[in-house]
Amino acid sequence: MSTLTLPDPAAPCGRRPARLRHELRAVHALVYRDLLRLAGQRTHTALMLLHPVLYLLILGGGLAALVPHGSLGVGYQTYLFPGVLMMTVQMPAITVGARLISDRERGYLRELLMAPVGRSTLLLGCCLGGTLVATAQGAVLLGLAGIVGLPYDPSLLLLLLAGMILVSFTITALALALAVTLRRGETFHMLLGLVMMPLLFVSGAFFPLQTLPGWAHTLAGANPLAYGVDLLRRCISLRVPDQAAVAGIEWAGRQPPLPLEGVLLLASGALALLWAAHRFSRPE
Amino acid sequence: MTATITSPHAPHRAPESVYAISTRGLARSYPGPEGTVTHAVRDLDLDVPQGETFAFLGPNGAGKSTTIALLCALARPTAGRATVAGADVLTQPLQVRRQVGMLFQHSALDPDLTADQNLHVQARLYGLGRRHARERAAEVLETVGLTDRRGSPVRTLSGGMRRRLEIARGLLHAPRVLFLDEPTTGLDPHARAEIWKHLRALRDRHGSTLFVTTHYLDEAENCDRVAIIDHGTLVAQGTPLALKSAIGDDRVVLHTSDDVTAQQVVRRTAPPDRVVTVESEGVCLRVPDGSAWIPRLCAALQGHGIAVHAASATPPTLDDVFFHHAGRSIHGTQPGRTPKPTSPYPITAEAGGGR
Repeated sequence: MSTLTLPDPAAPCGRRPARLRHELRAVHALVYRDLLRLAGQRTHTALMLLHPVLYLLILGGGLAALVPHGSLGVGYQTYLFPGVLMMTVQMPAITVGARLISDRERGYLRELLMAPVGRSTLLLGCCLGGTLVATAQGAVLLGLAGIVGLPYDPSLLLLLLAGMILVSFTITALALALAVTLRRGETFHMLLGLVMMPLLFVSGAFFPLQTLPGWAHTLAGANPLAYGVDLLRRCISLRVPDQAAVAGIEWAGRQPPLPLEGVLLLASGALALLWAAHRFSRPE
Repeated sequence: MTATITSPHAPHRAPESVYAISTRGLARSYPGPEGTVTHAVRDLDLDVPQGETFAFLGPNGAGKSTTIALLCALARPTAGRATVAGADVLTQPLQVRRQVGMLFQHSALDPDLTADQNLHVQARLYGLGRRHARERAAEVLETVGLTDRRGSPVRTLSGGMRRRLEIARGLLHAPRVLFLDEPTTGLDPHARAEIWKHLRALRDRHGSTLFVTTHYLDEAENCDRVAIIDHGTLVAQGTPLALKSAIGDDRVVLHTSDDVTAQQVVRRTAPPDRVVTVESEGVCLRVPDGSAWIPRLCAALQGHGIAVHAASATPPTLDDVFFHHAGRSIHGTQPGRTPKPTSPYPITAEAGGGR
């Protein structure tokens, strides 16, 4: 067979369905790349998973004896579980941003840009790949639900999975928005190192937001991670009412409805992605 | 739009696509420091016919990579226009990219994926169906001779193998024009020869149009046509032979037992308009087709009882062509090779010795 024959001479590339199919294939290519990397780097994946497990078992186990049950409404490990799920998806999601920058530095991004698809398509592919990989890792952590005293109830697990998809998407989109504005990997990592810890502390993952000083509590109201943790925690209390922890996010003393939290996360992720796509599409 | 998508071997073609690449007045400038404007490429007129191997020769920073970026619709020209494989780079960038393959100067593969996986991801990016992508990956791996390494992670491949894999990746979507930006830089001579073997096979077997940038003169020498670029401006283009013969003739040097007498004999034998000089290495003469003149000159000299100890005819090199047009050697100023604007043909012994 000749090397230089056109792939599909019958497919006119100008037509809209063909164009859409090409864009979808490009998205799939990037998601596929992420899955291949996930499958190929087992040690890396295992280490990424170990981190939240250690938090749950060591920090959770250690503090469980100290933190009185009544102050949280649930045992400390149960309280910590949504936060740990959030941490699990957060790491691979942020890795997507870091990889966009390293791809740019290594020249791989330019290869991607040569593909005959829109640049926003490429960014969408990165985002979906990151979301999928993050959710897959989070799903593994769901296996620990029993340790923290939660039932392996299919509807609870599905609800938590859906919540993690949403949180993964938002964090991936935010990481990508940051990554397209920064050219240097060092800056990205430094900024994350600076910001991630405080964001995590005012997310309600480790202790209730109500115990925070007033200004930090205000900060939590604008923290996407706080909404992520709150969403996951309320998913648990929705299915297992006797494991309902104290309230997280509150607007003027009232909890916002759960669907609204979900919509907020989705909207902020979508906005971040749109903005990133806009930045990314600017010609060099 | 559909009309331009024909098989590369189709004999009939729209008149404008006789050229695989055609540019008129193509320019790209950047805002430089302190309000100045840096002209990376200016006023470029190029015509590359289908199936030609075209070398773009110039020193580092001459504007070669910028030109390629413009032709692949990766960067937007600030002036002029260009069509590649029948599509306009300004108005049909996606169509251009669908038709061209690209090998960047600093190309990159995903080191954690295998050769096969890298190719599959790339094929899907170019919109190939799943099954077709697998078939093409197998074919191009065969083409560059890497079938036995298909399952190896890219980080375990040697530099030459990676470069070949990158060429294979550029071929996946069966491009009509393949751009190769410094395809052999950083490779050892064996790997370089291997790359060129594959490139020549592409041209001969499939009639691919290859646009190669290089600063290796011997590589440009092997191409059908050469364009020389310096400081963003095209200074000359033509076949290597035409370029070299345009700037001057072979330099014939005869080392004889009596150079002064020999000078008179050579002057009578050679065409009347030729200048014959005596230099330290012997009698010098610049004449087209120099090697054919050596036996005639030797015979004439022997007829006058003059012994010829050594004779040489040195053809001009592409470096001499570059030197002629740019006033310096392509690899920077070499010792003993200062530009002499008055001399029409500043060739020296080491220029010929390098061949």
